[in-house]
Amino acid sequence: MTSYRSGPDANGLFGSFGGQYVAETLMPLIHDLAAEYEKAKIDPEFQKELAYFQRDYVGRPSPLYFAERLTEFCGGAKIYLKREELNHTGAHKINNCIGQILLARRMGKKRIIAETGAGMHGVATATVAARFGLECVIYMGTTDIDRQQANVFRMKLLGATVIPVTAGTGTLKDAMNEALRDWVTNVDSTFYLIGTVAGPHPYPAMVRDFQAVIGKETREQMLAQEGRLPDSLVACIGGGSNAMGLFHPFLDEQSVKIIGVEAAGHGIESGKHAASLNGGVPGVLHGNRTFLLQDEDGQIIDAHSISAGLDYPGIGPEHAWLHDIGRVEYTSVTDAEALDAFHKCCRLEGIIPALESAHALAEVFKRAPKLPKDHLMVVNLSGRGDKDMQTVMHHMSEQEKHA
Amino acid sequence: MSRLQSRFAQLKEQNRAALVTFVTAGDPNYAASLAILKGLPAAGADVIELGMPFTDPMADGPAIQLANIRALAAKQNLAKTLQMVREFRAEDSSTPLVLMGYFNPIHHYGVPRFIAEAKEAGVDGLIVVDLPPEHNVDLCDPAQAAGLDFIRLTTPTTNDARLPKVLGGSSGFVYYVSVAGVTGAGSATLEHLQQAVARLRRHTELPLCIGFGIRTAEHAAEVARLADGVVVGSALVDRIAKAENDQQAVDGVLGLCRELAEGVRGARR
Repeated sequence: MTSYRSGPDANGLFGSFGGQYVAETLMPLIHDLAAEYEKAKIDPEFQKELAYFQRDYVGRPSPLYFAERLTEFCGGAKIYLKREELNHTGAHKINNCIGQILLARRMGKKRIIAETGAGMHGVATATVAARFGLECVIYMGTTDIDRQQANVFRMKLLGATVIPVTAGTGTLKDAMNEALRDWVTNVDSTFYLIGTVAGPHPYPAMVRDFQAVIGKETREQMLAQEGRLPDSLVACIGGGSNAMGLFHPFLDEQSVKIIGVEAAGHGIESGKHAASLNGGVPGVLHGNRTFLLQDEDGQIIDAHSISAGLDYPGIGPEHAWLHDIGRVEYTSVTDAEALDAFHKCCRLEGIIPALESAHALAEVFKRAPKLPKDHLMVVNLSGRGDKDMQTVMHHMSEQEKHA
Repeated sequence: MSRLQSRFAQLKEQNRAALVTFVTAGDPNYAASLAILKGLPAAGADVIELGMPFTDPMADGPAIQLANIRALAAKQNLAKTLQMVREFRAEDSSTPLVLMGYFNPIHHYGVPRFIAEAKEAGVDGLIVVDLPPEHNVDLCDPAQAAGLDFIRLTTPTTNDARLPKVLGGSSGFVYYVSVAGVTGAGSATLEHLQQAVARLRRHTELPLCIGFGIRTAEHAAEVARLADGVVVGSALVDRIAKAENDQQAVDGVLGLCRELAEGVRGARR
């Protein structure tokens, strides 16, 4: 059997997806980064340091928690939550940030830049930059700044400079454009800490590797708790880093069904969504060839999701490939379904999930009731929902007005 | 001989550099943009770069970002840009015209269809910012096979080890991006340019055009003493941003073009 885990190839391609579609100014930089990452990957000292920070700073391993009340409510599959929301800074984002900041330090970079949507990646980046004493600049769209003010304040507390991006719709895509413009201008001093499994090679593979700790732990924990592998995995997808982190160690396990959940916003048919695989076509943006939301002229369409972290018109190229070859099933969940799942998780488990993770939970509510009681299902609870209080409050008051 | 080759050969005989002008197709709208395009050769442009608008121009600074937004708001697309080239070619068969932009709109249009229509419309070459030589198979190879030049960007970060790879598939001319940064930002020192030109000349015999941060006739003249061509974009596009109506946009761009041409033409006298 050929492995699903051997990609990308030497050109950074997963099938026909991925690659290095960037301006010439950046090409030498991403080649340097790829070379340095290859060295770090096999350097025992680097791996040892990474493991130390994962354990004592991030708080890993995160628990694999049997969600008894969710399971009872659904009345089918046995549901486990991978508790990434318990990590330092409240989401999976820090797994990748710790890895990349160690690489930045190894490369002698003094200045860290990053893009952020919901602000979780921005907070995680600002956190590790503070820990290692590096200058930190975060690009964030003005729309996202408005709906994620608490995270903006957290980044500032941590010493980062937050630069508002007004271009486009002022969301994640625009923040990424602006971060790329910064990088192209400050090539010598600056390390671009991309927050998801997208961008030019080596980012998709590197971020996946740093996030794969999620799946590796899940595998061990499930074997210890149930004596066997899970039957299905469910995770939400914006760029797709929490999902890739959970999925990758299981890709070659044919018995494990893998489900990625995109944000359908107001519904795919409405055109206001963020489901690149279910509602987009292949194209080239931000350094990689992947599925993109675009119009009939190949212009990029703004994504829509209630969850700022999923509000991106593209998706990591490895997901595009896994979709193309059919190894992973990619489905989608609307804003309303995600909100409903959000409330259920709060009441049933006493866990306030991020709106991103609530998309994965919504898919669980659809599937779990139809599955047998011995079906083991793992959901990646990628982040906590504290950052989403404003959004949820706003939505509840709107609903009351209409009621 | 291609239009680019004969134009650079002709200018070499005259011992002067080319003025290479950039404007975005459809900015501020189709009609005014076409009027600008048609007026450029008489205003002194020797080579024309015509931008293909894109929603996410990641390598461009604010001036050209706004040009893209204006053009897209006026419903410009690739088919209309090619139509604009056809209308230009009906009146001008000698001025080389190069399309410049990002890959996605071309990818979406379909590479074979784009190449065929561009060739037929009278396009001479392509500059695609986000297609490094690592992706030659995507567009560069088939475009060159069809007789379209593929113009490479080289930058201050393109080191000697990498230059042969970048220049290998180049044709038409070589565009030296003189500062690490986005379009319209700072400009390089003359000393940096002298060193860069000397380095590039060791690697290629193609004409060498320098761009990024060149805004005035005086500055253009300085660069024209060193290079085979001077590229000006953001400063021209700014004239459209400042215009209150279409006529002002046309007059503003062509007026600055005349000033720049005077600078470039007088540079080596």
